[in-house]
Amino acid sequence: MYNFEFSKPSTIADAVAALSSDEAQALGGGQTLLPTMKQRLAQTDMLVSLTGIGEMQGICVGDDGELCIGGATTHAAVAADGNYPGLASLAGRIGDPAVRNRGTIGGSLANNDPSACYPAAALASGATIKTNARDIAADDYFQGMFDTALEDGEIITEVRFPIPEVSNYQKFVQPASRFALVGVFVAKFADGVRVAVTGASSDGVFRWAEAEAALAADFSKAAVDALAVPSGDMISDLHGTADYRAHLAKVMTGRAVAAAS
Amino acid sequence: MTQVTMTVNGKAVSGDVEGRTLLSDFLRDGLRMTGTHVGCDTSQCGACVVHVNGEAVKSCTALALDLEGAEVRTIEGMANADGSLGTIQQAFQDYHGLQCGFCTPGMVMSAAALLKDNPTPTEQEVREYLEGNICRCTGYHNIVKAIMAASGQDVAAVAAE
Repeated sequence: MYNFEFSKPSTIADAVAALSSDEAQALGGGQTLLPTMKQRLAQTDMLVSLTGIGEMQGICVGDDGELCIGGATTHAAVAADGNYPGLASLAGRIGDPAVRNRGTIGGSLANNDPSACYPAAALASGATIKTNARDIAADDYFQGMFDTALEDGEIITEVRFPIPEVSNYQKFVQPASRFALVGVFVAKFADGVRVAVTGASSDGVFRWAEAEAALAADFSKAAVDALAVPSGDMISDLHGTADYRAHLAKVMTGRAVAAAS
Repeated sequence: MTQVTMTVNGKAVSGDVEGRTLLSDFLRDGLRMTGTHVGCDTSQCGACVVHVNGEAVKSCTALALDLEGAEVRTIEGMANADGSLGTIQQAFQDYHGLQCGFCTPGMVMSAAALLKDNPTPTEQEVREYLEGNICRCTGYHNIVKAIMAASGQDVAAVAAE
């Protein structure tokens, strides 16, 4: 890893100021960025840790009933929170216990790995990604593999999740990396159903519109079984072909509907 | 170089580190506490697991400067005050939970973190918790047995095939 200056501000304002330089890079829990920097796939002159900012930590339920999670909140903390069981279950299956004690929701969403779990939950829940500058709807936030609506130096300070009536996340793990080979998050709200698929598409996480329409009319595994597999530019690699991933997306969706609670 | 100060196994320590200095490097090279092992250095294997403020963390994937003021516990802090092996360590010896021993510091620290939150885990919970700790010698049966025994449970039923 190339060396860098390190700073650890204690407020969002100080972090934004520290990140105003072109050469500065934000650091969440570091569970992706540090391995990437070790491999010299990333480097920076200034690393700005976001783990010391108290106002970005913790979980609460807002007056509007939404679950508010600070951007620097760890996966372990989300997994231990009982307000949104589908989300807690997802968070408890990211990485391994030690990774969950460091990795943060803001870091995961900012990175937008095409096989990460959190993007599926954020998109299926219709979450709002709050930054130091604005609120971004999940539908506008994810813009392709490792690409998001974030501007340089913009920090995810909070993520707000509407809590669905029932939900479930089904993750078919790639056995070596434990990332999702395909993961599907299904969320049923009073006014509709949202289905988000991660791991499958070379465009990153996406909503499966045909499944959402079918499930809005009939929330059952049979409704999914009647669908063709999702279309799109599926990833094809040594772990699975594009056809296999498309098939898995449908199977995981059916399982998520059957298990939703 | 910047000075970092933390508490390691109850003792205040400090040292000069670079921005890129990992906690594992600070422990091993800075403090000469080589009980914490670095296996893969890519956060896969878990040999480097230590406790930071009571929680299991992969010390190869945390920066020393990011842990200014933290309470760190390493394998060197797991023995009893009189120097005898701690409960989990003794169970690893009793149940032959190691062969080469390279992964053992991380296994013991992960086991301790699990038992802190879940004093009587099921065999399945032990196996799931060890997902981020890789042993290339034995497979995991005797490690799981040791952790079940350390939690005061009967190990007769633990899979042995």
